[in-house]
Amino acid sequence: MSSAAGASRPKRKLGRLERPALGGVLVREMINFSSYWRATTFSSTVEPTIYLLAFGFGFGSLVSEVGGFRYVEFVGTGTVATAVLFSSIFPAMFGTFVKYQFQHTYDAILAAPVDTEELVTAEALWIATRAGVYGCSPLLVAMIFGLDPSWGMLAVPFINFTAGFGWACFGICIAAFLKSIENFNYVTSAVITPLFLVAGTFFPIDGLPEWAQVAAQINPLYHCVELVRHAVFGWEGLTDAAHVGALVVFGLAAWRVAIAGMTRKLVN
Amino acid sequence: MSPPDRESPLSIRLRGVVKRYGPITAVDGLDLDVPEGTCVGLLGPNGAGKSTTMKMLTAQAIADEGEIEVLGYDLPGESKQARAECGVVPQLDNLDTTLTVEQNLVVFAHLYRVPRSERRDAVERAIGVANLSERRHAKVDELSGGMRRRMLIARALVHRPRLLLLDEPTVGLDPQVRQELWALIDAMRAEGVSILMSTHYIEEAARLADSVTIMSHGKAVASGRPSELVTEHAGRDAVEVYGPPAKLAEAEGSALAAGFRTRRTGTSVAVLGLHAANGDAAPEGERRPANLEDVFVLLTGEEIS
Repeated sequence: MSSAAGASRPKRKLGRLERPALGGVLVREMINFSSYWRATTFSSTVEPTIYLLAFGFGFGSLVSEVGGFRYVEFVGTGTVATAVLFSSIFPAMFGTFVKYQFQHTYDAILAAPVDTEELVTAEALWIATRAGVYGCSPLLVAMIFGLDPSWGMLAVPFINFTAGFGWACFGICIAAFLKSIENFNYVTSAVITPLFLVAGTFFPIDGLPEWAQVAAQINPLYHCVELVRHAVFGWEGLTDAAHVGALVVFGLAAWRVAIAGMTRKLVN
Repeated sequence: MSPPDRESPLSIRLRGVVKRYGPITAVDGLDLDVPEGTCVGLLGPNGAGKSTTMKMLTAQAIADEGEIEVLGYDLPGESKQARAECGVVPQLDNLDTTLTVEQNLVVFAHLYRVPRSERRDAVERAIGVANLSERRHAKVDELSGGMRRRMLIARALVHRPRLLLLDEPTVGLDPQVRQELWALIDAMRAEGVSILMSTHYIEEAARLADSVTIMSHGKAVASGRPSELVTEHAGRDAVEVYGPPAKLAEAEGSALAAGFRTRRTGTSVAVLGLHAANGDAAPEGERRPANLEDVFVLLTGEEIS
């Protein structure tokens, strides 16, 4: 057949989603994180705290109870989901675009034994892990303002991780399909802002017109908000199983689309 | 179709490779061999298809037609195996600028799967190759252009690859730094690493490459040892005619009429192919040995930038 070098040596079969490849990309992120964690941690904890204080005190003085919860409890749990959203979708959108377009980091990584599927998966796992942790900060702040601790809270980091994985992949999709970073403004205004408001974070969705209530059902953030609230105040069996299902479906779909989008962008 | 048997195995083998981008055919039926342990220069003007060829070797571009084999692996299917044993020095600097020299190398030791027990040594060796021991804790941002290029090469060597792909390794560097890098690349070849280097610097190819493939419009128009290419295509000597523009035009006209080939080089006309025509008819001028640059211009019809 051919006389090319190496043909006689035993070939090592390299498969998909290999641990060394995922590990390599994660190591890169972790080492990078060691140089900017202060700024990220600051913004990821201070921002939800400000929301919590502003809405908690602002609205809290007008309404004492919402949907059967004290308002500070309602908004404290709702802010968890927005913290997850912001700490996953924005790093994914901007980080991916910058690493692809400006730093050419992905060219270097894909020249190594790492495939696009592994690259995207590792990036999303990393962002999801961060979102899982940072998403808990509003809960801690709310506890200072009187939220009672509960065992269910231990599930919150995992809910955050699952939702964060989906949002990270969604952010990677945006970076993969938009041509310039200026266009991100359209997504922020037209997609992320409504997602974040119509999810039962700051006010319950049952006060909204019916179409908005239906729309909320396909908003992954809504499912995240509900799950966090139920984790803190009491599980609701099948309803929560459906919420978990929705987040898992969202995560898997966004994951595959992100891989397809980035493959189209990186391998041509 | 099957290539003739040869005694030395090939690190890279391309046969009839075609790559199109929409209406543009970037690579148009390219054949290319890199025998194991040699340095092959891929020489061509900008837009000849060199970078596209380099991208196909790491499966970051997928060929539309043809066969590509790297270190015995068929691409793109087995590209990951091939990439594990290749080092790549990209044309664009893609170091992590906020990380230190050492951190950059640690990251790549992981990406290239250097076993845990060997990682420290691999990083130390790469720092030595880049000659950056004293700057190991400096952020890449703080390094000079030459240091960053040395780091890119060291990074590509962290896992002791059998094959090194260099895409325009010294583009945009001053001559002193360039020579420093040449010494580094030459040392790698001496260690037995196979090298494919794309460049549009003639001197770089002439000095480093055991053999050169000249590309033009996506095709290999000639390949061989630099000295053989010169004798074959440009002859032994060239005559350089200097003078005012009018004289140059006249010299060019009469040389072409006498069956020579000519090349404009700004202030002079080089008359080439003296061996092909009658030696007596050689025009008056300064005689000099023909060089690879003459071959390049004759074959591609383009001056080098």
